[in-house]
Amino acid sequence: MAKHSTGKKRDGVRGSQARTFAAFVRKEFLHVVRDKRTMLIVLAMPVVQVALFGFALSTEIRNVNVAVLAPHYDETVRRIVERMDASDYFTVTSILHSDSDVDRAFQGGTADMVMAFGGGFDDVYTVEGTDIQLIADATNTNTATATVMYASGIIADCLSEGSPQERATGVQPEIRMLYNPQMKSSYSFVPGVMGLIIILICAMMTSVSIVREKETGTMELLLVSPMKPMMIIISKMMPYLVLSFIDFLIITLLSVTLLDVPMQGSFGVLCLLALLYITAALSLGLLISTRVESQMAAMLVSGMVLMVPSMFFSGMMFPVESMPLFFQWLSKMLPPTWFIIGVKKLMIEGLPAVYVAKEIAILTAMAAVLIAASLKNFKHRLK
Amino acid sequence: MANDNVIEAVGLTKRFGTFTAVDHISFSVGRGEIFGFLGANGAGKTTAMRMLCGLSRPTEGGAIVAGCNIVSQPEGVKRNIGYMSQRFSLYEDLSVKENIRLFAGIYRVKEREIAPRTETVLKRLGIYDERDTQVKRLPLGWKQKLAFSVAIFHEPKIVFLDEPTGGVDPVARRQFWEMIYEAVERGITVFVTTHYMDEAEYCDRVSIMVDGRIGALDTPGNLKWLYGAETMDEVFFRIARGAKRGE
Repeated sequence: MAKHSTGKKRDGVRGSQARTFAAFVRKEFLHVVRDKRTMLIVLAMPVVQVALFGFALSTEIRNVNVAVLAPHYDETVRRIVERMDASDYFTVTSILHSDSDVDRAFQGGTADMVMAFGGGFDDVYTVEGTDIQLIADATNTNTATATVMYASGIIADCLSEGSPQERATGVQPEIRMLYNPQMKSSYSFVPGVMGLIIILICAMMTSVSIVREKETGTMELLLVSPMKPMMIIISKMMPYLVLSFIDFLIITLLSVTLLDVPMQGSFGVLCLLALLYITAALSLGLLISTRVESQMAAMLVSGMVLMVPSMFFSGMMFPVESMPLFFQWLSKMLPPTWFIIGVKKLMIEGLPAVYVAKEIAILTAMAAVLIAASLKNFKHRLK
Repeated sequence: MANDNVIEAVGLTKRFGTFTAVDHISFSVGRGEIFGFLGANGAGKTTAMRMLCGLSRPTEGGAIVAGCNIVSQPEGVKRNIGYMSQRFSLYEDLSVKENIRLFAGIYRVKEREIAPRTETVLKRLGIYDERDTQVKRLPLGWKQKLAFSVAIFHEPKIVFLDEPTGGVDPVARRQFWEMIYEAVERGITVFVTTHYMDEAEYCDRVSIMVDGRIGALDTPGNLKWLYGAETMDEVFFRIARGAKRGE
C-alpha cells in the first residue's frame, strides 16, 4: 500500500518535470519560428548553397581555349585536334606557326593551353624525346592541372585507337577515376556544404540564442526558477537540432535528385552520423556561449574560431594530405573532418556501415567530451 | 522555528576576490511584510538579493528563505519564491498568454488550474482582449503589471522585486503598488529594491545598504524621526553621505 503510493508520487513528480520541459521547449520553438528572417535564412540557405555549388561554382573546367602548334599537320595531329575540339572542355581557337607565337598566344589571352606537336621544333618548349607537349598557363594551378589532365586523357584515348605502331611509340598509362568517373565536383562539395551548414546553425545560432538571454537578462529569470540548468540548456538546443536536421535532409534530397549524387550506402547510418555531428556542434555552441558575454562576440568567435578552420582544414575545400603536419593534426581535431569523411564513404563510395564505424566512434567520443566540457563550464559559470 | 519569519539572514557575506560586496548582513523579514531594500548603486543590494534567491552562494554566513536553507536547498528556495525585475521579466516575442503559460509550466502550476487562473488574472488587469498580443506591443506600465502577475502566478511565499517600477509615470507606479498591497493581503511577503524614495514610504520596514553593510533598518516613520528628517529622501541622503565620509 505504502509502496504503491510512493510510486504514484514519483510518477507525478516525473510527469510534472516532463511538463516543465515541454513548456520550455515550446517557448524555444516559438522564439525561432517568430523570428521570420532567421527562419528564412536557415531554410533557404541549403537550397541556395546547393544551387550555387551545383550549377554556378564548380571546380570543373569548361571552354578552355587551345592553340595548336604543329609544324607537320599530319593525320594523327588532325585526329587529336578534332577530338579536342569536339569535347566540352576544349575549344581549339587557333593554329600557331612558330615558337614565338606561343608566348604571344598566352599574352594576348587567346590561349589557356598550347598543344605542341613534335618534329621541327627543338628549343625551349620541347623536352627531348617527347612528341606532344602540353603547355598550360599555371597562374591558376588548379585549373592548369585539371586542364592538362583532361587533355592528356583525350590524347591517350586518341592514340590508343590508332595503328599498332602508334601504340608502340610509348606506354600509355591507363587512368580510372574511382567512385566519381565523370569527376563531378558536386560529389565532393555536398558533404562539405552539409558540414558547414550544420556547424553554422548549431554552433553559431545556439551560442547566439543563449547569449541573447544572458544579454537581455532573461537567463537570470530562468536560473531563479526551479528549472534545472541542464534542462534549460537542453531545451535551448532542441529547435536548432530539429532545424539543422531538416537542413541536412534538404541537402540530401536536393543533391540526390537534382545533382545526381549517388546515395549508395545506408540512409539510416547517414542520419546517425549527422545526428552525432549535430550533437557535437551544439555542444560547441554551448561552450562558446559560456565563454562570451555578447551576441556580437558569440558571432565572432563561432565565425572565426569555428567556421574558418572548419572550411579550411576539414578537407571541405583543400586536401588535408598535402598540408603541413600541424594542420593535419588540427584537421583530425575538428568534428567536420570526420563527418565529411563519413558522408563521402556512405553516399559516394557506397560503403557498408562497418566502414564508417571509425568515424562514428570518433564523432561519438567528440560529442561526449564536448557535452561534458560545456555542461561543466556552464555550471561553473553559475557559481 | 517558532517565529513567523520567512527570511532570516545571519552574517550573509559575499566576496569577489578581495572585494567584499556584501559584508556580514543580518536581518529578518516577517510573513506578509513589505520589506524595502534600499541602497545606492554598488552598495551590494543586487548581490544580497541574488544570494537570497539561491542564485549565488554566500562566501560566509547563510539564510533561511521560505523555510529552506539557501546554501543546502537552493532548489527549495527557488520553488517557493517569485522573481520580477524591471529590466527583464517577460519574453517580448511571446504573447501575453504564452508568457503566462511558460512560467506556469516552469513553476509547475497544475494543468487544470492554469486556464481559469489566467482568465482571472487577465480580467483583473483589464488586458483580457490583448491576451494574444506579443508583449513587445504593450505599453511599459502594462508590461510591469503583467510581469508582477506572472511572478506571483504560482502563489509563492515571497516575491522578490528588483527595481520593479523603473521608467514609468507616477500614476502607473501608484497602480503597481496597489497590486503589491493586494498580494500582501493574500499572504505573500514582498521584498523590494527601489530607487524611488516615495516608494520607500509605502514599505512596512526599510533597510538601507551602504558599502555592503546595513546602514539603517526600521519603519519609515522611525527612520524619519531618528534622523530628524521630513522625508525618506532626506534620511537616505544623510545615511549615504555618512558612508562617503567613512571611506
